[in-house]
Amino acid sequence: MTKFLDVHGVNASYGDIQALWDVSLKVNEGEIVALIGPNGAGKTTLMRVMTGLHQPLSGTVKLGNADLHTLPAYQIVEKGVILVPEGRRLFGGLTVLENLELGAYARRARDLRFRTLKRVFEIFPLLSERQNQRANTLSGGQQQMLAIGRALMGLPKLLMLDEPSLGLAPMIVENIFEVVKLMNNQGVTIFLVEQNARRALELANRAYILEQGRIVGKGTGKELLHNNEVRQAYLGFAPTPR
Amino acid sequence: MSIESFAQTLVFGLFVGGIYGIAAMGLALVFGVLKMLNIAHGELLMLGGYATFWAFSTFGMDPFVSLGIGIPVLFLIGLLLDRAVYHRIVRLVGEEKIKNSLLVSFGLTLVIQNLAIWLFTADERTVQVSYAGVGWNLLGVTLPYTRLVSLLIAIIVTLALNYLLHHTYPGKAILATAEDFEAAELAGINIHRVYMMTFALGASLASIAGTLVTVIYGISPSIGIIWTLKALIVIVLAGTGSILGAFPAGILLGVVEAVSGAFIGSTYREVVGLVIFLLVLILRPQGLFGRN
Repeated sequence: MTKFLDVHGVNASYGDIQALWDVSLKVNEGEIVALIGPNGAGKTTLMRVMTGLHQPLSGTVKLGNADLHTLPAYQIVEKGVILVPEGRRLFGGLTVLENLELGAYARRARDLRFRTLKRVFEIFPLLSERQNQRANTLSGGQQQMLAIGRALMGLPKLLMLDEPSLGLAPMIVENIFEVVKLMNNQGVTIFLVEQNARRALELANRAYILEQGRIVGKGTGKELLHNNEVRQAYLGFAPTPR
Repeated sequence: MSIESFAQTLVFGLFVGGIYGIAAMGLALVFGVLKMLNIAHGELLMLGGYATFWAFSTFGMDPFVSLGIGIPVLFLIGLLLDRAVYHRIVRLVGEEKIKNSLLVSFGLTLVIQNLAIWLFTADERTVQVSYAGVGWNLLGVTLPYTRLVSLLIAIIVTLALNYLLHHTYPGKAILATAEDFEAAELAGINIHRVYMMTFALGASLASIAGTLVTVIYGISPSIGIIWTLKALIVIVLAGTGSILGAFPAGILLGVVEAVSGAFIGSTYREVVGLVIFLLVLILRPQGLFGRN
């Protein structure tokens, strides 16, 4: 596996409050990497830095040999780094089809959009049925499918998902994790932020733990699933009696 | 009141409403995408009117043909204004953005207006085309050619804008940016370019409205603020998120003003418009065509 995404020494703040402290992590090509941690740990901030929505104080984000942290958000998309943001952030007043078309706005995806659209409709047949419906009339699960479909329209090399299971019924969560696995099998590298730590660790090759803006642990998904501290903090196990 | 004269009143309301609609669509577009109220919109309209007047008086160019000059000129002025002034304000957030956008665009209003007085003098100018006052008689209702063509242009421009926004990628990028600018960035849209193009497009729409105003009423440097206010009433009627809804809302205001002018006297025409404005604010604050 080759080095793909390299986040190195990132510090970031909102005004006077520092949200990320010297955060470093790596994602290799073809991997599924998860980032878990409690609310307010800085997971979303890290995603915002990686996609160019938030300017870090210091540190670098690289994709291969190219710097991402110096680029505006739209040029990062052009490199194939695509985020499904927390809360989905669909274009609610536009139709399902218009949302998908906008996902293929980037030059590298636009010419292939009709082919990609067919593929997205194969993965999410429901989106095809509802293509002329306004996005904000869909249910939560359907909206998450559309958000992922929109991201796929951009032909991601690295697909980042911020809390994709938040607020969704278990069956739909299953469906969405299936799609993530499918995309990974087709060669898309995945970086996943999740509060559903068990599900994320089961899926991921490797994972990082972010607490109070610092990376405090890392390992393979299996290692972390069996790590006592992780089990107590994130998987709901009581401390083992001595 | 005879049926003919009532129909005549309705038709004149329709003609006026078409201009209201075009004037308001440009303001609604800029407001919806850049999220700031451009008080200088009426001044851009006024400049577009002068483009028509000077093209007519120097080259004898037909005012409707002069749109071919006014639209690109105002588009360029829009680009320049965005680069020089507005792109700095768009980046601000919250109260800072609201206050600064109002202050700056009001300041620009004064600057452009005084520039126009200095360059063009404060005289009121009119354009007298050979076919002014001639019209088409339809069942006793007169449809003056200038007004008929104006309404036609207003309708064509609205349809063209609808096509641009819903059927082309640059247009969809504008709508996406209006909905959620960060999600638009994450889709690969260069939003600062969208802001610039949207502002220039808004200026072009103002220019079209300015041409129609010049043909039908005439023009002077002071008319800007009146049209900004009129456009503002129309976009509140339509609902502030609705760009294309500004056109039917403009038509509605035009017709209501004309009919109430005919029944309770033209002194109260404006008042009726404002009463409707207040009623909509109280009863349907999201506007007639707006979503919550």
